[in-house]
Amino acid sequence: MATIQETVVLHGHIIDSLILAKVLDTILMMGGTFDLQDVRIGVTRDEPSRARIVVRAASTELLAEILEAIQPHGASVERERDCSVELAPADGILPDQFYATTHLPTQVRLNGQWVEVEGIEMDVAIVANRSRPSAKAVPMHDVKQGDAVVVGRDGVRVLPLERPKEQDVFGFMEAQVSAERPHGHIIADIARRMRALRDGQGRGKVLLSGGPAIIHAGGREALAWLIEEGFVHVLFAGNALAAHDMEAALYGTSLGYGLTAGRSVPHGHEHHLRTINRIRAIGSIEQTVSTGVIQDGIMAACVRRHVSVVLTGSIRDDGPLPGVITDTLAAQSAMRAALPGVGLALLVASTLLSIATGNLLPATVPTVCVDVNPSVPTKLADRGSFQAVGLVMDAASFLRELARELGYKA
Amino acid sequence: MSRLLVCPPDYFSVAYEINPWMRLSNRVNPERARAQWSGLMKVLEEDVGAVLVRMKPAPGLPDMVFTANAGTVCGRRAVPSRFRHPERQREEPYFEAWFRKQGYEVQKLDDDLYFEGAGDLLGFPDSVQGAWFGGYRQRSDIRAYVRLGELFSREIIPLELVDSRFYHLDTCFCPLSGGELLYYPTAFDSYAKTVIAERVGEPFRLVVTETEALRFACNAVCVGKHVVLPAGCPRAMTLLETRGYQPHPVPLDEFMKAGGSAKCLTLALE
Repeated sequence: MATIQETVVLHGHIIDSLILAKVLDTILMMGGTFDLQDVRIGVTRDEPSRARIVVRAASTELLAEILEAIQPHGASVERERDCSVELAPADGILPDQFYATTHLPTQVRLNGQWVEVEGIEMDVAIVANRSRPSAKAVPMHDVKQGDAVVVGRDGVRVLPLERPKEQDVFGFMEAQVSAERPHGHIIADIARRMRALRDGQGRGKVLLSGGPAIIHAGGREALAWLIEEGFVHVLFAGNALAAHDMEAALYGTSLGYGLTAGRSVPHGHEHHLRTINRIRAIGSIEQTVSTGVIQDGIMAACVRRHVSVVLTGSIRDDGPLPGVITDTLAAQSAMRAALPGVGLALLVASTLLSIATGNLLPATVPTVCVDVNPSVPTKLADRGSFQAVGLVMDAASFLRELARELGYKA
Repeated sequence: MSRLLVCPPDYFSVAYEINPWMRLSNRVNPERARAQWSGLMKVLEEDVGAVLVRMKPAPGLPDMVFTANAGTVCGRRAVPSRFRHPERQREEPYFEAWFRKQGYEVQKLDDDLYFEGAGDLLGFPDSVQGAWFGGYRQRSDIRAYVRLGELFSREIIPLELVDSRFYHLDTCFCPLSGGELLYYPTAFDSYAKTVIAERVGEPFRLVVTETEALRFACNAVCVGKHVVLPAGCPRAMTLLETRGYQPHPVPLDEFMKAGGSAKCLTLALE
């Protein structure tokens, strides 16, 4: 749960009298935290000073206790205003001054009450409903004419991320990218999280967003095993990952390269096209698996374990496979719809899909970005997914090591 | 010349308990009270040379005798008190009417801001500039000082009072005309103690013992080099004498039954 906060103002001769110091000490001593905002210090001795303090606590009760303790020292809860809304002028068009979101937990004030914005993600708008009262994050293209869109900054507050209870790599909550660090403990932490999400009380889903390098580099078996064992619940991929996975099942190659022989096979470049064509003829990946045409690999494991799969198209796709969503907005919506309940995201060996997924994820979801190219996790962090832990390593090595941590024997 | 507002103890008694000193069982002897009050007036007028302005007491308002809590006066402006306890709120219209009748420009605080006048707001006597100090937490609300600071364009340093026996600032803090401070540090929280030490240099801080603090040695009236304080505080008197003050002890134990002494019985009008 996010931290609870309230803004208080302190006014008067608060600096020399140590009243400000006392209020801040009291907040800390009681187990709260604060952000000191807009401190205006009087220029002369007679002139009063003013401070705005955002007080935060882990629970409503603790916050109330802290506020009660600091109020006798003059800290009064700021009279806050409701957020302002304007109606969307047309479908897909936001009012000029629309509030653009971050991916941090966000609340808006409606009828004097702070309500959580549902489905928060970065770079979208907020549509408010005063009568319920509720608010949700809405991408530009989904806005309907007449929607009450939050405008300006009044009555909107963004909460900082709470430091997770777990003392693991995600506790640092900052993008770390380095090729020159041991990976072992990071992978062990990821495995621990995955086991907890699968077996623990507060169960959650693990999302894997992956590129075809997983297949090319030899990570197919490890990922299929992870899926079969129930460690992965949502898969985002493109046409290529699915095509090469099934190519491997049918021909033993990935993009015509023999996965076991380790060399290209004659006419191997046709294999993925023939695979796609065959599955198109059957009608769907599900049917291909259920009729036994494809029996192993990632897609087969997904069908058997009822993993939510979102396959998104791109301009260079062959085919594509049935089920690949070629309308980018529809693909974005399908990815968005699969996110509720995700408690860990693994973005593996795919630049654009990783960034697209990162853009949809709230900052509260622990995220790992794995790529041999350090620019990918860096780029992801630069686009705002600061919570992502970057791992510079080969996709297959990552998946194998992760699977081994979880009991994979191969 | 110092003008002091006073109110005869015609109706003085302990009729309720709103501070740790008041015990309904500890009855006031009206004759002794009147004699002690008259003794104080005599010292103020004859020994100290103060001009006394007497206001008419009102029946049923036993604490009106403590005029320090009428409000605060600066120049021709007066801010009447807004008492925390309903028992004393009934005094408010009398004090306000008195200020108006005397031609003061009366500024009222919001009803939800408790402020108990010169009992809680003190500055160094004869200091035109300089900070005032405002006691809070027991009776007055710290937010009142924000408003008062604006009204009088003064720096007001709030000081937290942490001992309910010293429920007004003037029970434990007495700024003197030469810049010294007669005070009882234990009545303040650690932040206030630090602030006092920053504002008043070590040689100027005259610390009262607990025994004499409990006799309200700090509830003293300073006019020039004269300090009128309750009897029974020899150490405080010695402290004052070493700094060149002339102490005037006055027996006021009847008023201690209600938690007040020399300073509480007066309000400096200039």
